Amino acid sequence: MFHGYLPMILDGLRVTLSVAVVSLAVACVFGLMGASAKLSHSPVLRGLAGLYTTVIRALPDLLLMLIVFYGGQILLNRVATAQGWGYMDVNAFAAGTITLGFVFGAYLTETFRGAILAIPRGQIEAGHAMGLSRGQVMRDIVIPQMIRHAIPGFTNNWLVMLKATALVSIIGLDDMVHRASLASAATREPFTFYALIGAIYLAVTTVSILLLGALNRRMSRGIRSEVRA
Amino acid sequence: MIDWAIVREMLPAFWHGLQMTLLLLVTSAVAGLVLSVPLSVARSARSPWARWPVFGFTFVIRGTPLLVQLFILYYGLPQFGVIRNSALWPLLRDPWFCAWAAFTLNTTAYTTEIFAGAIRTTPAGEIEAARAMGLTRAQVFRDVFWPGAWRRALPQYGNEIIQLMHATALASTVTIVEILRVGRDVYTNYLKIPESFGMAAVFYLALTLVLAGLFRLLERHFLRHLDPRASATPMPEPVKASAHA
Repeated sequence: MFHGYLPMILDGLRVTLSVAVVSLAVACVFGLMGASAKLSHSPVLRGLAGLYTTVIRALPDLLLMLIVFYGGQILLNRVATAQGWGYMDVNAFAAGTITLGFVFGAYLTETFRGAILAIPRGQIEAGHAMGLSRGQVMRDIVIPQMIRHAIPGFTNNWLVMLKATALVSIIGLDDMVHRASLASAATREPFTFYALIGAIYLAVTTVSILLLGALNRRMSRGIRSEVRA
Repeated sequence: MIDWAIVREMLPAFWHGLQMTLLLLVTSAVAGLVLSVPLSVARSARSPWARWPVFGFTFVIRGTPLLVQLFILYYGLPQFGVIRNSALWPLLRDPWFCAWAAFTLNTTAYTTEIFAGAIRTTPAGEIEAARAMGLTRAQVFRDVFWPGAWRRALPQYGNEIIQLMHATALASTVTIVEILRVGRDVYTNYLKIPESFGMAAVFYLALTLVLAGLFRLLERHFLRHLDPRASATPMPEPVKASAHA
């Protein structure tokens, strides 16, 4: 049915999932930095974080990806020429994951910020009043609850990002979409292969929803009415 | 650093690209809005026969990348002779139609879920009160149920339209010359980022700001009752109003 192209497509799924997972890690780093900047006392940091989330969310992902990809290429070569390293190619995997991470970091900034603000201020004050150190308050009071509040937004961002990985095929990464277009061209059966990868994306989405739903239920055990809502 | 001569020369091309982006946005947003009103009602209906097919549709569309949907429509469907020989072929052969169809399907799925969420949060008492006052089912829908759901959905719907505008950039992958395609072409010709992608970014930023402003006006109109300042101001001449009753 797939003319022997199935292993190649499934190998593309491995690439797609690696891009997604690495981008997610990058996005979490940007998101945590953004959220701490937005909640900091420094107006400069708050301003920068505000600019970051506003500009990123105002532009299409694909445009940002092309800017980072081609812009990175130019910058890298300027540096390389200055250092006398000769011509260098931007690695499509690095460009793709950095861009996706940078873009979704802006969305996660808002998720994490909301999650931290959802913790009642009194709990943190109570922790300090009981003599806990700042680190202990963070580790035992803020972070466990922040994770719980962040799960729904996090789930949403993961699902959107998983689908956004399809765009890395446009900057030349050999992901599942790119493999499907190769197989389509070779077999002249584009519907078969695009529908196949559509079904694979749907399966990954479904599994993600089930797993993160279970995690949400686990993190919310002992909390009234939140899971049912 | 920026070569203004290139910017000036390419401005008309970007202007055409903007028109194409707007055309795609408006036509798919309108079609999506029209389709998602009945679909969201079906999605929140009590009957599983109404609810599940709509959920299946939104689940499949929301669970797959738009790029893949677009490729299935544009590159995939011509695989079948039935389609190539059908009356729909002149339409399905057209990249513009395929892009419009993909964007419409997409925004319909997301908007249906947004509206369905707003419908689910309708206070039961509102409907009961309207029925108790003798309004017909149609009147309840038109005058109580839908206006309430629309107001609750509006902020999220505004986000969805902005996302849809960004999604139209994918039309560049099926040969449609919209803003991003113009940016990519300028880049290919001059290999300069500010004059190509930078210009495209300026256009998208402006479009986003205009859309966000537009929805802020809509929210101000429809959500007036939630504005603390507006509701804090005393009603004009309350005495006369009560005397009238």
